Amino acid sequence: MTAFSNAVAIVGVGETDYSRASGRTELALSLQAIRAALDDAGIEPREVDGLMKWWVDTSTEAEVAANLGIRDLAWWGEVNQAGNVGAPLVAHAAAAIHAGLAKVVVIYRGVNGRSGRRYGRGDVTGQGGRSGGAFTEPHGLLTPQHGLAMVARRRMHETGITSRHFGMQAVAQRRHANRNPRATFYDRTLSLEEHQASRLIVDPFHLFDCCLETDGGGALVLASADRARELGRPIVLIRAAAQSGPGVGSPAARGAKRLFDMARIGRGDVDVIQIYDHFGPFVLFALEDYGFVDDAASLVDEGGTDFDSDRLPVNTAGGHLSEAYLQGINHLIEATRQVRGESTAQVSNVRFSFCDTGIGTGSVILERGES
Amino acid sequence: MSEWRFERPPELPLPQPTEEAQPFFEALKERRLVVQCCTDCGALQHPPRAMCGSCQSMTFHWEEMSGKGCVYSYVVTHQAVHPALVGYTPLATVEVALAEGPHVTSNLVDVPPEAVTIGTPVEVVFDEVAAGVVLPLFRRISN
Ligand SMILES: [Zn+2]
Repeated sequence: MTAFSNAVAIVGVGETDYSRASGRTELALSLQAIRAALDDAGIEPREVDGLMKWWVDTSTEAEVAANLGIRDLAWWGEVNQAGNVGAPLVAHAAAAIHAGLAKVVVIYRGVNGRSGRRYGRGDVTGQGGRSGGAFTEPHGLLTPQHGLAMVARRRMHETGITSRHFGMQAVAQRRHANRNPRATFYDRTLSLEEHQASRLIVDPFHLFDCCLETDGGGALVLASADRARELGRPIVLIRAAAQSGPGVGSPAARGAKRLFDMARIGRGDVDVIQIYDHFGPFVLFALEDYGFVDDAASLVDEGGTDFDSDRLPVNTAGGHLSEAYLQGINHLIEATRQVRGESTAQVSNVRFSFCDTGIGTGSVILERGES
Repeated sequence: MSEWRFERPPELPLPQPTEEAQPFFEALKERRLVVQCCTDCGALQHPPRAMCGSCQSMTFHWEEMSGKGCVYSYVVTHQAVHPALVGYTPLATVEVALAEGPHVTSNLVDVPPEAVTIGTPVEVVFDEVAAGVVLPLFRRISN
């Protein structure tokens, strides 16, 4: 452990309803989620002195601060790249609190991902043949899923993992969603046969390998561990955090080394796992790259990612595939609820809760604290 | 299978290269496949960049490739996730590992989407897809 470990806590989490057409602005979604998270924490909006957002989020810190009635915004920021920066934002916010730059930091994400800007559409996310797109888009690679499908196909070739294994993970997550009233697919079950029969979007991705498109908002409130102890809620400490950007080799493998070195725990000490699932197959790849298992195919074959398995419960609220596509903030919320014992698919006696928010881009280990 | 020919969706974006990428596309007009090569250390890099990632030199020339390689990975688009794809699915896009090392994104002109496999040996062909715009496509090398 370092001085950073367990100095800062996640003291509040909140989200809006998840829908296909929110009928609200993205700012309104963020504000509603922030209110819920502050209520959850028992902290007044005016105590907030730090704000952090996804670079792609459309609601500026100035708008949010004005709406929250913040008297003195001491610190703000964002992390660039795309949807994959939830855990990096937690790392930044926790570092700021640990360094004394801010006391109470809110992280928010509000997006009309279905009724507004749809990330799965090439005419939305494409570059019109410009920049790096000059080399790929003229040949039909137009969306994030195209590049990821290329990686997935190669990995299938190298390891022998198959679409049926991807389906097993999708089914496990759907079972979790079927217990979660907030989840988009709360009342729709999924069988392996239905997964295999679902239409191909970009081969090797079937429909049920792809994340949902969601309108909604989510928020986290971070404060010092000392402030957390005053609030009378279960204490969720940030034991370790790591980012992993460009470099040589798997970002998850590089980030995992930093993360577990800081946490001073082993992979086997982790009780529950959330992993960013823009595309379900990458959950299985990440389980291997983070070092949780050597062979994710046999893990899912044995039902090892189910919440009531004694192996490695993964994406226990349903994840992006079956709960909502809120770009990782819903994973961070669920990782927190697991530590508190408040999940709808609760793993028994959670001490260490792991959350990745971008297949290596960033990860955190949360720990149950003593009050 | 010999009957099948690749039909490129005509509305797909055309390359709008940055200044440092333009020599790649200029060479294609002369039916040459070139890759940025560091003059100081000889490293090849694709797509091109301002600086050599191996030795941080900013002095480059363009090295002509043999045009031969093999299919490293591929995807097949079934849902038209871009207006240009409507009526043109399924569409296979391949990543070719050139014999010299760099990987390029392309399409196979003589292999239908359902028959694409990793490891297939291929060689470059040049296709003028619009006036003054030539793209590198690939065909199977028959043994
Ligand atoms: Zn060099």
